[in-house]
Amino acid sequence: MPKPAAIVGQIILYGAFAAFIGYFSTSPTYQQIPDDVALIKLSMSHLGGRECRKRTPEELAKLPANMRAPLDCPRGRSDIKLVLELDGKPMFDTVMHPTGLSKDGVSTVYKRFEVKAGTYQLAVKMNDNLVINHDFNFVKEAQVTLKPARVLVIDFNPDKGGLFFQ
Amino acid sequence: MCSLALDSGLRGNDDDQNAASRLSRQYQYRVTGSPNLSLHAALRGKAQTAFERIENFLDASFGGADNPLRHLGALGLYFLWILVATGLYLYTVLDTSIEGVYRSIGHLSREQWYLGGMLRSLHRYASDGFVLAMMLHLAREWAYGRYHGFRLYSWVTGVPLIWLAYISGIGGYWIVWDRLAQFSAIATTELFDWLPFFNEPTARNFLAPDSINDRFFTVLVFIHIGIPLMLILGLWAHVNRISRVDYLPSRRLMLGTLASLLVLALVKPALSEAPADLALAPTALALDWFILFIHPLTDITSPASVWSLIFGATILLFALPFLPQPTAQPIAVVDAANCNGCSRCHADCPYEAVTMALHPDKAGHKIAVVDPDLCAGCGICAGSCPSSTPFRSQERLVTGIDMPQQPVDVLRRQLEAQLARLGTQAAGTTRLVVFGCDKGADVHRLTSADTAAISLLCTGMLPPSFIEYALRSGADGVVVTGCREGGCDFRLGMQWTRERLAHQREPHLRSLVPPDRLQLVFASRSEGDTVATVVNKFRKQLRDLAVASRKPPAYSRRIR
Repeated sequence: MPKPAAIVGQIILYGAFAAFIGYFSTSPTYQQIPDDVALIKLSMSHLGGRECRKRTPEELAKLPANMRAPLDCPRGRSDIKLVLELDGKPMFDTVMHPTGLSKDGVSTVYKRFEVKAGTYQLAVKMNDNLVINHDFNFVKEAQVTLKPARVLVIDFNPDKGGLFFQ
Repeated sequence: MCSLALDSGLRGNDDDQNAASRLSRQYQYRVTGSPNLSLHAALRGKAQTAFERIENFLDASFGGADNPLRHLGALGLYFLWILVATGLYLYTVLDTSIEGVYRSIGHLSREQWYLGGMLRSLHRYASDGFVLAMMLHLAREWAYGRYHGFRLYSWVTGVPLIWLAYISGIGGYWIVWDRLAQFSAIATTELFDWLPFFNEPTARNFLAPDSINDRFFTVLVFIHIGIPLMLILGLWAHVNRISRVDYLPSRRLMLGTLASLLVLALVKPALSEAPADLALAPTALALDWFILFIHPLTDITSPASVWSLIFGATILLFALPFLPQPTAQPIAVVDAANCNGCSRCHADCPYEAVTMALHPDKAGHKIAVVDPDLCAGCGICAGSCPSSTPFRSQERLVTGIDMPQQPVDVLRRQLEAQLARLGTQAAGTTRLVVFGCDKGADVHRLTSADTAAISLLCTGMLPPSFIEYALRSGADGVVVTGCREGGCDFRLGMQWTRERLAHQREPHLRSLVPPDRLQLVFASRSEGDTVATVVNKFRKQLRDLAVASRKPPAYSRRIR
């Protein structure tokens, strides 16, 4: 049977253990972004364009019947140029490269920007075929009001008309 | 090199006393020599001292058997069983739809706080306790240098368990799908996206409220069950090479730990944050720093730094056993002619290094076989061998299983030389023999005109008959010291010693030995002063005894 002093010691030490676990399981509070900040998330996953050539009837005739595709397309995809502007000032400017060993996969981007809550003129411009296009072929511009802690997502979806804010 | 010197000492024709004295000097060199002066060794030494001091402090309240720091592995397993038991209940009530996970978990805390809420709190706090026990276990084993040689397997199999524990812990927080879960899920996927493994950013899965669906939580629950199952499998492998595994700590420690977690669950129940909303960034969060500390660390550094730290630490842990280490101890050697197949060494080996096979020369008999990969070189097997008795009359004592670096024959010659030296003291001197342990308090400092000190590989290698032999050959008292309870470097050495001296385990100390002439002292490496104090007190106590009436009959070995 433990001595009374040992029992008291155990109670104190078990209490210290519980207090240690209890405190660090929730404290100190962590704040990833300040209270007056909103987030802009720029994220997209898109296949860059490629330049296809129409096969001539002679070329098609030379091919086996089951391989007579009218277009001759390279496997690789174009890089994608993407620019994000906030109140007319460039915020982010990048060239996204296609994934895959043969550069035939999607080009992706995921970026998180912290901005002070407020109203901004937001513009995002994209050129998804640097071989053909010399200018941005997708542009989305709008005035946005960002409340504190609001997350504004900038994405691309051809079914939704291309670039969009969410 | 040292074992060769000892071996030559064994076979030489020197006078016994000189040989024992020379061997003793060599032996002392082995113990204190070959210092590793690297920064790592210095750091480890300081950490070991710190652990020993805290363990000794906790011993005052808990005792060795209930001291949580001495049973961190078993305590970690206990937390895991609490997690499994509470997790089973939580799983049965969990609704794995997007809305349902938050609602069903929240319902437990609000409407069923007395059962579901308590179990949820226990689940969370036990997970924190598990991580704490696991990391302390890792640090303690490193501090005590238990990561190389025969412990290589246990060390290496333990490293992946840290990954599994954290994967399971972080995933567990996502299941609640509150703001904290949202923060952790996004932070984790952003961290993963730094690695060049994924075609598309995984963080896109948490871009907007419509990004996830119900199947996500079904998969998550599956992972949260599957990873702990892998963890349990890994733990089985982790302890696979040791015998008599402490799968659970002592009953008192279990009750005390459970009570403290229950009180914590009552005082501060685990609650959900506001429901996750991917359109809003979580702001102030009550973070679990035991498990989710990696997210703030990523924020203040970078994903590259965190991955470098994670992979760097993992590689370092795997590489640690392969760095230059002290020379491994020679392993136990079986002498077929003297092994009678009694299996005591097999029963006492803490690492399952000794197995029994059919004896090659004696039909129907067994013989001990030592696995070189598993043998720790502790000598506990030599202490358990019934042939390791110094009363045998052969000039050279050969036992059934022995340690090349400190054979029982050398031990006997060392003891006889020391007893001869003590015998030259004036009548009325209280002559003591102290048997100690290389891993425990240093007993060599106790050597004096009236005290002989012999340090063993582990106190567990001391055959009890040596105590009787010392007393019957001139010693007035014998002190046996070794590591504190639960602190034996070879796990079971002191436990077996205590049981052998208490006549509870073979080979036991014969009842011929008066208990008041034997003193057992549990002391850690840093408690040399404590042992010295006990020895002095014991000497004074012996002086007060009626010497002639309380000593076992004198014995003088006949040399055959």
